[in-house]
Amino acid sequence: MAGNVNHDYHILEPDIWPLVGSFSALTFTSGMVLSFYPDLFGAASKIVIWAGLAGLIATFFMWFRNVTIEAQQGDHTPVVQLHMRYGMILFIASEVMFFVGWFWSFFDFALFPDPLAYDAAAGSTEALNVLVGGTETPKGTFIPQGMEVLDPFSLPLLNTLILLCSGTTVTWAHHALIHGDREGLKQGLWATIALGVLFSGIQAYEYGIAPFTFGGNTYSSAFYMATGFHGFHVLIGTIFLAVCLYRAYIGHFTPRQHFGFEAAAWYWHFVDVVWLFLFIAVYIWGGWGAVYH
Amino acid sequence: MATTADNFAPAADTHAHDHHDHKPNFFARWFMSTNHKDIGSLYLIFAIVAGIIGGAMSGVMRMELMEPGIQYLWWFAGSSPEDISAAGHMWNVFITGHGLIMVFFMVMPAMIGGFGNWFVPLMIGAPDMAFPRMNNISFWLTVVGFLSLLFSLFVPGNSIGNGAGVGWTVYAPLSTTGAPGPAVDFAIFSLHLAGAGSILGATNFITTIFNMRAPGMTLHKMPLFVWSVLVTAFLLLLALPVLAAAITMLLTDRNFGTTFFDPAGGGDPILYQHLFWFFGHPEVYIMILPGFGMISQIIATFSRKPVFGYLGMAYAMVAIGVVGFIVWAHHMYTVGLDVNTKMYFTAATMVIAVPTGVKIFSWIATMWGGSMELKSPMVWALGFIFLFTVGGVTGVVLANGGIDDNLHDTYYVVAHFHYVLSMGAVFSLFAGFYYWFPKMSGRMHSEFLSHLHFWVFFIGVNVIFFPQHFLGMNGMPRRYPDYPEAFAFWNYISSIGYMIMAASMLIFFVNLAYAFLAGKKAANNPWGEGATTLEWTLTSPPPFHQFETLPVIEDHHDYHDHRPATA
Repeated sequence: MAGNVNHDYHILEPDIWPLVGSFSALTFTSGMVLSFYPDLFGAASKIVIWAGLAGLIATFFMWFRNVTIEAQQGDHTPVVQLHMRYGMILFIASEVMFFVGWFWSFFDFALFPDPLAYDAAAGSTEALNVLVGGTETPKGTFIPQGMEVLDPFSLPLLNTLILLCSGTTVTWAHHALIHGDREGLKQGLWATIALGVLFSGIQAYEYGIAPFTFGGNTYSSAFYMATGFHGFHVLIGTIFLAVCLYRAYIGHFTPRQHFGFEAAAWYWHFVDVVWLFLFIAVYIWGGWGAVYH
Repeated sequence: MATTADNFAPAADTHAHDHHDHKPNFFARWFMSTNHKDIGSLYLIFAIVAGIIGGAMSGVMRMELMEPGIQYLWWFAGSSPEDISAAGHMWNVFITGHGLIMVFFMVMPAMIGGFGNWFVPLMIGAPDMAFPRMNNISFWLTVVGFLSLLFSLFVPGNSIGNGAGVGWTVYAPLSTTGAPGPAVDFAIFSLHLAGAGSILGATNFITTIFNMRAPGMTLHKMPLFVWSVLVTAFLLLLALPVLAAAITMLLTDRNFGTTFFDPAGGGDPILYQHLFWFFGHPEVYIMILPGFGMISQIIATFSRKPVFGYLGMAYAMVAIGVVGFIVWAHHMYTVGLDVNTKMYFTAATMVIAVPTGVKIFSWIATMWGGSMELKSPMVWALGFIFLFTVGGVTGVVLANGGIDDNLHDTYYVVAHFHYVLSMGAVFSLFAGFYYWFPKMSGRMHSEFLSHLHFWVFFIGVNVIFFPQHFLGMNGMPRRYPDYPEAFAFWNYISSIGYMIMAASMLIFFVNLAYAFLAGKKAANNPWGEGATTLEWTLTSPPPFHQFETLPVIEDHHDYHDHRPATA
């Protein structure tokens, strides 16, 4: 960099990965579109998707690798660390608004279950039943008649406890780190990651045994998309924590400077809170009165 | 303006650069950039390219509407004059492309990406943005988003023809069961990609503005353009993810069997409109707030007075941003909202006219008693105030749920939003461009050509859009390529206006060519003592890395009593 720099900000050298990442994202989304239309585009879409995904993974890997190297060589002055705190908080704020979109649709269906087309199609507000996903359903009912939902106080309750527990283990790891207890840091992270994997495993198992399939009615659509995006975020959070565990093993993080770990912990707590809302709104309240599987 | 730069001496700073101002090679500089000024330039060039494409689309539309009947559309569809449905689909593709390009790939990249990137760090005395690498991916995600939209033009949108003909709002069910081809998926992913870029850009701007202000520059001393970008960034950060969720629901409804917007599965097409406009209404303020900021800088500069009511101006923008989140359903008055809901949204919408009025009157009060100089940026700013007010007043008319029952989806609405966008937002873009062009390029543009550009553009856009109020009042609906004879006269006039406007854009490009080939070298501050913000203390163009020693903002002026040192 140019000389005579009298400030603590981080001026970066040119970097190829933003360009690679963007075109990989375009490749990935284009491959997705191709895969939607196998009649038009044949089987080539898989290659395009995987190429895009490989580029994206490479970008994420190299990007965060570079950030980590810069952190280790001391580029992250206190003000630059403050940038990252702001950046992470704002990123989580935008993620919250993303989930607001999914909860909005869920509550729209749950609180106002009359489809708009219903009155127009039946020509009357007196009719009692409406066709939902091919099933006669009483007007004002969210869940199609006869459709069973998951018992919230079975596996979902267990998953709630698992995530809450993982919130405490990540705090255990954090306290250990602050007090210079490297073994405690590793144990806490191992426990958190194990709980995260356990959660994902149970969630996948439950998708497998769920009494309703993907789509076809609004309950299933909102349920799978909201819990699915949450599950995806659990996966990201687990990877984030695993990276922190690896960094703990190779000696990164000091009791005073460990923002990579803190960001992972914030993200993990965010994912936890989203689950609590999902558990209360979708699993307990949303399925209230329906037949449990 | 709020910034006092008068006792900041840049000499030492610029001197240091003489020896250290190494630029990377061409590829690294423009494709791997981590420099806010270069990324800002990339955004501006991109916005101009996208603007030419989007503007050409509106040219086709205006020529088609010049006379009743179908003139040219069948040719673009590669069909025959008799094929009305192919022409109609082509029309839908043009209105969709024009809207999406102008909103996401012209106005937003130019205002926030271009001027925001260039001047937020300069105005707050920062060496660069907080996240220089993320800044670059924001730009390239915008580019690939645009490419995805261009792909959509060459693949089927429905059984009739190529391209996404679903409108910029992508309403279900037209965008789900109504358009079963891959073009719409490409268009949706285009919004995902560009939206991701904008969210990252928003986090970058907020972090930069909160953390990187020069010592002594409190929030209440920050130039109003920086305030405007700060508010805009919050709107982007909180509104775009909701759009991302909504268009993801479109994708899964289209391809994976969900029924979010499909009544056959209990879904609700109106839900899409709620989600879309919860994003879409903040979006219209995203497109105008940075313009407000630029106009404040320019009016103050060329009136040689600090802006009237600085704090009121700043918090008016905050108020517009906050209230902008709770007025969205005024875009949906005719979907069957109950009367109480319409009353609420009517009242809330009209409340926005209050802070907007604060801004208009404060600009006028800034000029009052000032020594005004009608340089090129100033005439564009004056044009902005006049024409934005016209659009704002028709906005108050449309805010009324009862009146909107009649005017919804007519040309009155088209006239309204083009007065606030292609005259409000675009006039502020040209004002900002002429204001900062000497700083960015180091060359002076021609004042004569800039004024000529202004007057021809001013006449052109008014001839295009003012008659559209009459057409709308007479009931001509939007989004049709044809109309009855009764509407022929004003449509003809409107199309003549497009030609005038297009001619003015030739003047703009001639002016650009003149500036780069023969323009005089620009001084550090070509606008005189009214230009008090920090960018004018630097060379034109500024060094590759500026402010290696941070400027210190002295506290010897109160923000509301600031005068340039020599005044």
